[in-house]
Amino acid sequence: MNNLLIAALSADAGLPLGITEGGSWLLRNVWLIPLLPALSFVLILTFGKRMPHGGSELGIAAVGIAFVLALLTGIAWVDHRDNSHDQEVHVAVVQFDDHGVGHGDGSEEGHGGGHPSLAVHRTAVWFQAGGMEFTVGTLVDGLAVMMLVVVTLVSLLVHVYSTEYVHGDRRYTHYFAFLSLFSASMLLLVVSENTLQLLCAWELVGVCSFVLIGHWWEEKPNSDAALKAFLTNRVGDMGLLVGVTVLFFAAGSALPGRFGSFSIAETNALASSGMLSHTALLVASCGLMAAVMSKSGQFFLHTWLPDAMAGPTPVSALIHAATMVVAGVFMIARMYGVFFEGFQIGGSSINLMAFIGGLTTIVGACLAFVQRDIKKVLAYSTISQLGYMVMALGVGAWTAAVFHLFTHAFFKACLFLGSGSVAHAVHSFDMKSDMGGLRKHMPHTYRTFMIGTIALAGLPPLAGFWSKDEILVGTGGWGLLGGTGGNGAYTLMLGMGMLTAALTAAYMTRCVYLTFFGEFRGHGEPHESGPRITVPLWILAGLAIVAGFLNLPTGFQLAPGSLQERFGHYVEPVAGYFPAITHATPSWSLAIASTLVVMGGIAASGYYYFVKVEAASKAAGTSLTELPDGPTTRYPVAAMGYKLLDNKYYLDHLYNGVIANGTKGPLARLVYRFNQQVIDRTVDVVGETAVKVGTVVYDRIDQLVVDGAVNASGRASSGMGEELRRVNSGKVQSYAAILFAAATVLAGLLIVIV
Amino acid sequence: MTVLAALEGMDRLSGGDVLVAQNVAFAIMAITMVASALRMVTTRNVVHAALYLVIVLAGVAGIFILLGAEFLGVTQIMVYIGAIVVLFLFGIMLTKGSFGDDDGVTGERRLMAGLVGFLVFGVMTAALVESFADAELSRSGPSTTADIADSIFSAYIVPFEAVSVLLLAALIGAIVVARKD
Amino acid sequence: MLLNQFLLLSAVLFSIGVYGVLARRNGVLLLMSIELILNAVNINLVAFAAFTDTIGGEVFALFVIAVAAAEVGVGLAMVLLLYRSSRTIDLTTVDRLRG
Repeated sequence: MNNLLIAALSADAGLPLGITEGGSWLLRNVWLIPLLPALSFVLILTFGKRMPHGGSELGIAAVGIAFVLALLTGIAWVDHRDNSHDQEVHVAVVQFDDHGVGHGDGSEEGHGGGHPSLAVHRTAVWFQAGGMEFTVGTLVDGLAVMMLVVVTLVSLLVHVYSTEYVHGDRRYTHYFAFLSLFSASMLLLVVSENTLQLLCAWELVGVCSFVLIGHWWEEKPNSDAALKAFLTNRVGDMGLLVGVTVLFFAAGSALPGRFGSFSIAETNALASSGMLSHTALLVASCGLMAAVMSKSGQFFLHTWLPDAMAGPTPVSALIHAATMVVAGVFMIARMYGVFFEGFQIGGSSINLMAFIGGLTTIVGACLAFVQRDIKKVLAYSTISQLGYMVMALGVGAWTAAVFHLFTHAFFKACLFLGSGSVAHAVHSFDMKSDMGGLRKHMPHTYRTFMIGTIALAGLPPLAGFWSKDEILVGTGGWGLLGGTGGNGAYTLMLGMGMLTAALTAAYMTRCVYLTFFGEFRGHGEPHESGPRITVPLWILAGLAIVAGFLNLPTGFQLAPGSLQERFGHYVEPVAGYFPAITHATPSWSLAIASTLVVMGGIAASGYYYFVKVEAASKAAGTSLTELPDGPTTRYPVAAMGYKLLDNKYYLDHLYNGVIANGTKGPLARLVYRFNQQVIDRTVDVVGETAVKVGTVVYDRIDQLVVDGAVNASGRASSGMGEELRRVNSGKVQSYAAILFAAATVLAGLLIVIV
Repeated sequence: MTVLAALEGMDRLSGGDVLVAQNVAFAIMAITMVASALRMVTTRNVVHAALYLVIVLAGVAGIFILLGAEFLGVTQIMVYIGAIVVLFLFGIMLTKGSFGDDDGVTGERRLMAGLVGFLVFGVMTAALVESFADAELSRSGPSTTADIADSIFSAYIVPFEAVSVLLLAALIGAIVVARKD
Repeated sequence: MLLNQFLLLSAVLFSIGVYGVLARRNGVLLLMSIELILNAVNINLVAFAAFTDTIGGEVFALFVIAVAAAEVGVGLAMVLLLYRSSRTIDLTTVDRLRG
């Protein structure tokens, strides 16, 4: 912080970072928001058992106050974004010239340039070592504020929902404590100022996820799922560590006199202005991408997400739909300067991020077709939507991705909580065997679920349509009456996105049919859930309807100009730490085309289920869930495809069977053999050789040479003694003779010398 | 060599006759002394050795007088010849079993002794010739007994007393060592 | 007279005395050789006294005479003792302190 302050005093003498140290009280003290749930975590663990409601009231109070603060902070940010006149912070860099200022210099084209949005930055030094200061701090910009609101809101609704859902549970208090801790960690993650803090919060949310997934750990599948989630995340976290380290040192090469920098603002500003080496940025981006793949369930590290559905449904709603899994997306959005330069998103037609994102959307959507468990359908749907967000970021449509994150949080949480409500009523998650025809028994749940489904499928005017359409436009590959001018021509991604839109609509139709239509296949009498469940559902459904209107595209003829792009205006940064991205022009034709595609998907699936399966059910007299003579029975290719999907692309086989068992079995045996034969043999041989050498040395050298020398010297001494003894003849005159001779010689010497 | 050297310096100082006489006297006495000394250390007869010693001692007394130390010369004769030689003769007499025993001195021993003696002589001569070549003896006059007495009883009183004690000790010691008991 | 002639005379007598000390077997004769040495020294002393025109050398010579007398007395006593104990004064046989 001191470095930044000193640099700030000499403004205009360095790289502008797009952050400021000033700002309103709320923006500067946003650390209070994570603090409240953290306090409630401690208090719940300490006092929860004694409280009348088992500690849940503390949790709800904390998150509630945090939500209120978050809203107020949002209002403060809205005011600050356009009206702040605080001084911008600059940082001294190596070979910085004012002419080639680079990309993010605060004057943006394409996004209504004008007033830059300075993020409010605040740090405190907590550790100093070897000239390097480690800081904790907050960096509040539109993205952070948006995330604060979303997380606190969804967390609050989940808290209220949980009071009924896990009522009477064996570990009620513990559950609420960790729900609070999770909220605190996620809130800390979104306001983190530097990558170290982000990494700590990242790990913390992973731990909370582990604890909450394994809430009923007495049953082995649940604890297995928790471990799987944590370990898969660990694989990706290595990438995070690599990425953070590489960025630290890369930043250090551009900042004079400093080893490096963990600061997000500095790193991104340096990356955006082209001062970091491209190789370093590419390596860091790939490392961070690995972390995103594991945390946000991108293809081939997504295997933990469906298994994570073993946890309680509110946990799934909060963590694995709305908030934690989007931490990866959030991180990309936060570090966008690094990714934009690292993957060279501007001006190409394919890059790693976009490809992985696109692949994930299709993979997730396909897998959602073959699930029996309603939560697993939603889990794969989440994977698919996360793929959308990552793909959007990969093509340079930053606002579209973040907006989709925003809307997705609401309708996915609504869907999950709805599924929880259903499960609460029928005590099962299996659609095929225990559900069906529930629209008559659970009207609120049915209606909110339908609203959520339509929003997810992307039919106008619900939220999902606006955000998904903006992503498709952002790929810049449409080119027909608009939809051009993006950061590149990502036609392949456009195709993937369109295909997935159709698939999404199709599998959600299937899900809705199996759950709410047909005849009830389960046992007992399902009834609607209480208000603590249905009220949050309605709130979320309402948001799923209206949230889309926050970001009407520019040039939308049906809305006044002041209402266009409100979300984008306040959330997308116009600052030194954000790269210069271009925005594609919206297109009516693309909107119409995507709607038609979605309706096509609904129609196809609807035809299969609502017409044919319904007819078959009526003909058979029971409630069928699929056609007995459907395509998979008639076409072997279809059957094979089904088998592939059913086995989740055999990825679990690969990870468990091949990699894990291969390491445990053959590899371990090989290593053991190597250890015994080679290493131990070598050690033994060395030992034996040493013994042999020792023996030889003893016999030859020690006995003969060394002892010989010693004995010889002894003999020489005694021999000399024998000889010299003769001098002592006892004859006085001999002594006298020697005496005289010696004295004379000495005298002679004395005379000669002196 | 020395004799020749001595003869060389004959015509140096003033008073040529006196000097010549002194040098002649010295020459005679020196030759006598050296010869006697050589005989003394080589003869087998012990009494003959004692008598040769007397000649040497007498010669020494003469040298003293030549050098102007009259008191010392007389003391030399009285003490050495008068007492010490008598003592030697007593010794010889009391250890009479050793008459004529002094034979069979192996050549080896005499060679070694001669070598050492020669070595000593060589070193000393070299030193002396180098240091005191052509140093003249110039004496104002012979020293008197009064001078010696003055010296003894003033400057050298402590050595005098010490020598007295030494003589007493030697006397008592000799008696104690040699008594029959 | 040269100083050197006296000094050289003294040196000759001293060397002869040394020879005598080393070569003689008879104890008494050894003592006599020692006397010879002492007298040579005396000549030296007195010569230097004459050379430097001081009286110190003569006094010293006087003391030497006194000490020589004492030494001869004790020495002869020891020789007598030796004779009494081993009936011989052959110094080559007195070697019981041999190493």
